[in-house]
Amino acid sequence: MIEARGLTKRYGDTLAVDDLSFRVEPGKITGFLGPNGAGKTTTMRLILGLDHPTTGTVTVNGQPFERLAYPMREVGALLDAKAVHGGRSAYNHLLCLAETNNLPRRRVDEALALVGLNEVARKRSKGFSLGMGQRLGIAAALLGDPAILMFDEPVNGLDPEGILWIRNLMKALAAEGRTVFVSSHLMSEMEHTADHLLVIGRGRLISDCTVAEFIAANSRQSVRVRTPEPAALARVVTAAGGLVREDGDGLMTVQGLGVSQVGDLAFENSVRLHELAPAQASLEQAFMELTASSVQFHAGMPDERDLEPATAGEVA
Amino acid sequence: MATTVIPVGTRAALPAARGRAGFGGTLRSELTKIRSVRSTYWSLIALVVITIGISALFAYGHAQNFSQMPSFAQAHQRAQFISQATETSLFGLILGQLVIAVLGALTITSEYSTGMIRTSLSVMPRRGTWFAAKAVVFGAIALVVGTVTSFASYFVGQAILSTQHINSSIGQPGVLRAVIGGGLFVAACGLLSFGLGAVLRHTAGAITASIGLLFVVYILSGFLPNNWAVHVDKWIPFNAGGAIWENASGTSMFSPWTGFAVFCGYAAIALVAGLILFRRRDA
Repeated sequence: MIEARGLTKRYGDTLAVDDLSFRVEPGKITGFLGPNGAGKTTTMRLILGLDHPTTGTVTVNGQPFERLAYPMREVGALLDAKAVHGGRSAYNHLLCLAETNNLPRRRVDEALALVGLNEVARKRSKGFSLGMGQRLGIAAALLGDPAILMFDEPVNGLDPEGILWIRNLMKALAAEGRTVFVSSHLMSEMEHTADHLLVIGRGRLISDCTVAEFIAANSRQSVRVRTPEPAALARVVTAAGGLVREDGDGLMTVQGLGVSQVGDLAFENSVRLHELAPAQASLEQAFMELTASSVQFHAGMPDERDLEPATAGEVA
Repeated sequence: MATTVIPVGTRAALPAARGRAGFGGTLRSELTKIRSVRSTYWSLIALVVITIGISALFAYGHAQNFSQMPSFAQAHQRAQFISQATETSLFGLILGQLVIAVLGALTITSEYSTGMIRTSLSVMPRRGTWFAAKAVVFGAIALVVGTVTSFASYFVGQAILSTQHINSSIGQPGVLRAVIGGGLFVAACGLLSFGLGAVLRHTAGAITASIGLLFVVYILSGFLPNNWAVHVDKWIPFNAGGAIWENASGTSMFSPWTGFAVFCGYAAIALVAGLILFRRRDA
């Protein structure tokens, strides 16, 4: 378990991490979400002792990371896949890491096989593609068979195959009972992999809950209706206090009323319906709504995102 | 390569953990690191070739000068040439020190330039242990290669000087000390630069600082007025460290071991400053 208490990191005038307190519980995938520059990487660096906190503490299994007897057996981290000496072969890179924690040499071969790099083990990592570099970083994280794994934006820049591979890997690792702590700036990525979410913006913790709770709490439920009489339905729904947006072709999105209310209204007013369904707001929407106020560098974000099409969950 | 293979059974059968990750493992790790990159070999080959080459050239020049003297001058100056024979054959160290300074700086600054430092410290977060292991591995390699180079340089130089019978022999007083001292000097130069590398964390900066300290300061000291030079010269890093392999030229210099101790003091200051900053700063 990772536990942060009042964790704060200031670089000069910038408050990168601001009084963060959270727990990463064992045995599940915890998504660490926030826009770029929200302090995700800094938090991970603080956990690993790469940066010293300005105030506050963070512990891994009850101890500061630098006091763990065998750090690699407890935490495997991939912060930056490019943080290797490109002139060193994949094998020697892993070997020099394994040796610090007295891990057996055969573990290097096992880790290489696990990520499918055994054929290029003797090649210098300088020539590796982004995906291969990412696998090498993951092999390094797995060397000590740790119960906690920490990945910083692991799918960044990967092709779809690589993304799928990482997703499956994280699920497999969690299925084995490991704690996976993974950061991302993409909600859609976490929607499919994470059990729990920690959301931060501008270094502050915004939300700490399950994925389902997050959506329920952060976005208004909407109803998707298809009718051959859109004008009539719009009238009765609006009269009942609902918000309507016509998406064309008889399709409408209703907010402010539940599915049964919309169905009852249609029945009472004899409006024919061809389709009636709850529209699950996507995590991406909820995330944008939540962090809109804390995005450090606004790029002309539209203020009104309430009536996004219900299918926006397929973004990215 | 099959890329969508779902990894299963990543659980490993590791031997039970006993004790803690510490100095021994980190020492092996640093040895693996330094022997697994090409720059180490290039630097060490450059150290050997340049030191021996310059020394041989210098010895050849001395032998030529001597051979061109009229015989009465030879008779007069033979003793003086012989007294300089040892340092003549080690003179290449003046450039060798710069090569080992480059490797010393690189050993630590390459961790920063490649970003490897972040990976290194996330598997071995005990910074003092890590720093010590790295310094010991590099220092030991510099000492071994430096000593071999110094001996090779000496014997090549003496072979050249012996054509004019102006060579020294290893059994003469002070000669063995000077040749062993050549190796010690190389190791200390390297560690001085390693310490500066830890302070500056930047390859070009660290190399410039080391060369400045070892070489430029030495050259500049030649321009000092005489009455200053008497007091300052012996403290110049190259003069202090060189005392162990050069015949102390002039009474204003330190004795061999005192000079070397002063030089080691400089290296120690750089290493301690590097360690303190390394422990305190964010990686």
